[in-house]
Amino acid sequence: MTKVSKKFGTLTANENISFSVSKGEILAVLGENGAGKTTLMNVIFGHYIPDSGTIALKGVRMRSGDTKAAIKSGIGMVHQHFTLAENLTVLENILIGRNPLWGWTLNTKAAEQKIMDISERFGLKIDPHARVLDLSVGEKQRLEILKTLYSNCDLVILDEPTASLTPQEVDNLFVTIQSMVKSGLSVILISHKLDEILRVSDRILVLRHGKVVADMARVKANKALLAELIVGRKIKRPIQKKAKFTSNVLDLNSINTSPTQGSPMGLKNIDLELRGGEIHGIAGVAGNGQRALCELIAGQIKPQSGNLAYKGVLVNSFNVKKFMAMGIAYIPEDRNIDGVIGDMSIQENSVLSELNNPKIATPRGFLLLKECVAYAKNICKKYDVRTQSLSQPARLLSGGNVQKLLIGRWLERNPNVIIACQPTRGLDEGAIAAVHSMLLNAKSDGRAILVVTEDLDELLLISDKVSVMYNGSLTAAKQAKKLEKREIGLMMTGSKIEETIK
Amino acid sequence: MRLEARDHVPEWLTFLVPILAIFFSLFVAAILLIIADAPPLESFYYLIKGAFGSKNAIAETGARATPLILTGLAAGIAFRAKFWNIGAEGQLYAGAIAVTVVGTGAINLPSTLMIPFLFLVGALAGAVAILPSVILKQLFKVDEVVTTLLMNFIIILFVSFVLDGPLKDPMSMGWPQAASIVDSGVLPQIMERTRLHFGFIVAIVTALMIWFILGKTTFGFKIRAVGYNSSAAYHSGHSVIKTMMLVACISGGLAGLAGVTETAGLKGYLTLDLSPGFGYTGIAVAMLAALNPIGIVFSAIFLATIYVGADSMSRAMNVPTYLADVVVAVTVLSVLISLVLTQYKFYFKSNSK
Amino acid sequence: MIIDFFEILLNAGFWAATIRIACPLIFATLGELICERAGVLNLGIEGIMTAGAMVGWTAVYLGADLPTGILYAALVGALFGLLHANFTVHLGASQHVTGIGITLLASSLSYFAFRLILPSSTTPPKIEAFQPLQIPLLSDLPFFGPVLFQHTGFTYLAFLSVPLTMWLINKSPFGLAIKMAGENPMALEAQGINVLTIRTLAVMIGSAFMAIGGAYLTMSAFNAFYFGMINGRGWIAIALVIFASWKPKQALLGALLFAGLDAYQVRAQQLAGAFIPYQFFLMLPYVLSIFAMVIAAKKTRYPKALLIPFRRGERH
Repeated sequence: MTKVSKKFGTLTANENISFSVSKGEILAVLGENGAGKTTLMNVIFGHYIPDSGTIALKGVRMRSGDTKAAIKSGIGMVHQHFTLAENLTVLENILIGRNPLWGWTLNTKAAEQKIMDISERFGLKIDPHARVLDLSVGEKQRLEILKTLYSNCDLVILDEPTASLTPQEVDNLFVTIQSMVKSGLSVILISHKLDEILRVSDRILVLRHGKVVADMARVKANKALLAELIVGRKIKRPIQKKAKFTSNVLDLNSINTSPTQGSPMGLKNIDLELRGGEIHGIAGVAGNGQRALCELIAGQIKPQSGNLAYKGVLVNSFNVKKFMAMGIAYIPEDRNIDGVIGDMSIQENSVLSELNNPKIATPRGFLLLKECVAYAKNICKKYDVRTQSLSQPARLLSGGNVQKLLIGRWLERNPNVIIACQPTRGLDEGAIAAVHSMLLNAKSDGRAILVVTEDLDELLLISDKVSVMYNGSLTAAKQAKKLEKREIGLMMTGSKIEETIK
Repeated sequence: MRLEARDHVPEWLTFLVPILAIFFSLFVAAILLIIADAPPLESFYYLIKGAFGSKNAIAETGARATPLILTGLAAGIAFRAKFWNIGAEGQLYAGAIAVTVVGTGAINLPSTLMIPFLFLVGALAGAVAILPSVILKQLFKVDEVVTTLLMNFIIILFVSFVLDGPLKDPMSMGWPQAASIVDSGVLPQIMERTRLHFGFIVAIVTALMIWFILGKTTFGFKIRAVGYNSSAAYHSGHSVIKTMMLVACISGGLAGLAGVTETAGLKGYLTLDLSPGFGYTGIAVAMLAALNPIGIVFSAIFLATIYVGADSMSRAMNVPTYLADVVVAVTVLSVLISLVLTQYKFYFKSNSK
Repeated sequence: MIIDFFEILLNAGFWAATIRIACPLIFATLGELICERAGVLNLGIEGIMTAGAMVGWTAVYLGADLPTGILYAALVGALFGLLHANFTVHLGASQHVTGIGITLLASSLSYFAFRLILPSSTTPPKIEAFQPLQIPLLSDLPFFGPVLFQHTGFTYLAFLSVPLTMWLINKSPFGLAIKMAGENPMALEAQGINVLTIRTLAVMIGSAFMAIGGAYLTMSAFNAFYFGMINGRGWIAIALVIFASWKPKQALLGALLFAGLDAYQVRAQQLAGAFIPYQFFLMLPYVLSIFAMVIAAKKTRYPKALLIPFRRGERH
């Protein structure tokens, strides 16, 4: 019996996607980041309105864009980032909205009983009076699932549910999913982890660049096939000039950081070598520790153990100013939050990092305004930052121009190391090409470049070497031109290439 | 109703903010006057007359504006860096105490040295007064709003203590006040036979200096950057902590200067009622001027006008003088509304997702 | 001599005073607690308490009976709360500046209105305030009689408001909505409850509490209204809320602790007045409040959505 069916095209995120889920079925939705999985789920759940197409639950068409209606019809969603109130108890998180607002009581006894029932039926052990803050990630997720079950959902969507779970917790989750399905629920599982999908799903839907590329039964699938489907067949190889490498500029040896430093994922025994004249690409789904790595190299985090050497000399103190002086440039992934100051003018943003530069300000601290303007003009001209006026606030710039400004600003400092984190995220074709050429030119100038990206096309286009970040660890670096996308896809999804089943 | 941030706020619209705010607060004043049985137009006439009607009146307005410019600058520069210094009142008194300690006979220098010396001491005292709050914020992440505020009460009690004891003027016949500032330290009058004193010039010069620092120095640049987006400032290599601490100390120092002008310029000696809330009014001054140093001078003069004018207006029309305080309070709130109105577009359709 | 300092603690008058001094703090702290639980920092507390003190007293002065006076005070408090919420909750304006603006406005309006109704006179006029209740048997108990059972009705109301608030916050659906609004407003919105409405109501109710706290001063503790009478109690309440970890029971404890120290300080002054000037004793409440904030700052259990305006449709 078909429960759900949808056909729609939305923006550029989802194009003409149609599929259906049956009662008691587990459908896995697979695809790399940016493929459109989350957008699709948000459409089903009512957070976004599709530009065209319909969603029908149990044969009844659903109103789009209405989360409350979605919940009422029986769709439940467990988001990747939990919607829980940390300071409240499990019981309180479940009870919100379930009693009339002006009533006298919360009916906690009845609720507790129901929670116990569901707990037992589906293997979701939890203490109703525990504070959410004190729960482990696995328990928090159990709570999220409990919330959907409490609402008597028919369809439950799980968005990357195993992202931060221990192997034991993953097993528990799958037991829960099986029991959910046995009682007649349908489950849509979004994931990029091939192992898990192959373990637990009935059918697999593969998305790429917003389109459905495969809709198959589990039995027909295997890792190699799936990896191939995710990343697609065509591989663009750039025409790269023969590079001249220098000795190592940056050496990371057995670097470890704790999960509390910067990223929620701690770094585990990282070894990395960056050479001048080389672009080292780091692939991996976001959230595997990339941010911590970037911040470490930028001087923002001090490693718990291991050491970092710059041009052969061990570095002992970690602070941004010092690293900048050494010649390390960091282009952060949230360019609007960490990169530019939206309310300050383009001119001011151009010199934001240059207040110690004798060209910009006297040693005593007086700004040389004419020189600032000239400096800004130069950056805009040299790096093609298009703007009507230099005194406009920077938030008026398009994403591409912001990025060009940021990279240009750093390049003017003549850095030896450039870290670019998701440099072309959210940019249009033209801007992407511009950024790539800036990075390639920087490489030709002999700088060492680290590019962290989720975009595999980009990765293979510009990198000389590639490694993959997974769960806080970095794989050994391999020559980009010798690497198949499929291999990278497997590494990104946690499998080793040797395990590929032909 | 939905709010959507405007992409770009045109210049003229930002100028509209203080004007709208002033009109609105005068409108509220008119309503209160009607409730108080006083014809608004006639009352406003007395208000203007009281503030500008004679040489003496203008001098009074100037004298009133002096501390307001300084406390306005104190609030303005702190708020720019998002450091909510509500302790200007206490920092003002700290400056006044310091000036009394060194300026009532302990040290004797010729005028040309004494006066700058007093200003320096006052500023330092103000900076010291704000230090506990800054340190608590940096070390323990304690909100500075409440700590600077509570310090006001503590410092004013301390003033009461010193006026009862160590700094009490033996010649004041039991009235709690301190000895007079020595002649060489008293700020000279700049308009004969009025209370307008050199402090007014100092205040304006200070405003110009702050304007210069904010706009033309690297330090001012850092203050603004940290205030707008401390994360981006950090990523560009700036020390957010150091900047905040310096800003806070400067803010305290500016308020301390107000203590100097009132003690060594206006009154001549320290009393408990030296400041009728200048520290708090300074916040209104700064908000009205959108934290702009030059604007603060005008805004301070405007609010001084209200106070001085309301004094004589209330005598003429038998209306409680608190009207002036109401106008000031309404100004703060009207500025907030005007800011929202100019920074956001309003949509009145129902929210569609 | 040292014994005298300990003997203060054995004095029934000291304990009775502690209870009296605690009452305005209890109301104020509970009121601010409700606002902050919903995610709104209400810095208008000092002004709202002033307004409550003035309105309650004036209503009685003009002929109303005492309970009605309290009602008027609560009403005015709620109105200022509504004003605050309009700025902060609906327009998303800075909660810091709005609060300061409301404090200035409420105070100045109160003084203005008071002077309008009562032009200056040499002696401040008085009203017939709440009188201590005589409870048969209990009021005559030795020690416990004067300490616990010789208080005004308003005092008992203050203590009653603690279990009332506990019920509201912890056991009622409305209270749960308030808590959710302050922790994760998106989750609240997802359940179809309007976050803005909940926050506005919370601020109004909290402000009403604050105003009642102010009215206690003019209608029970004293019987006249004078300028500057709130004297920083509002700001102290803000510190106490953090100290109480936003929980009503701990707010009561904090208020009592604080009041106890205040009552003690007054009596210790009389003993040590010769050596230590009284001003230093008066400083103690404020110093202790700062101290309380330092201790409490280590607890990072702030309502997660405090100070963050909620805009529908914006994904945080």
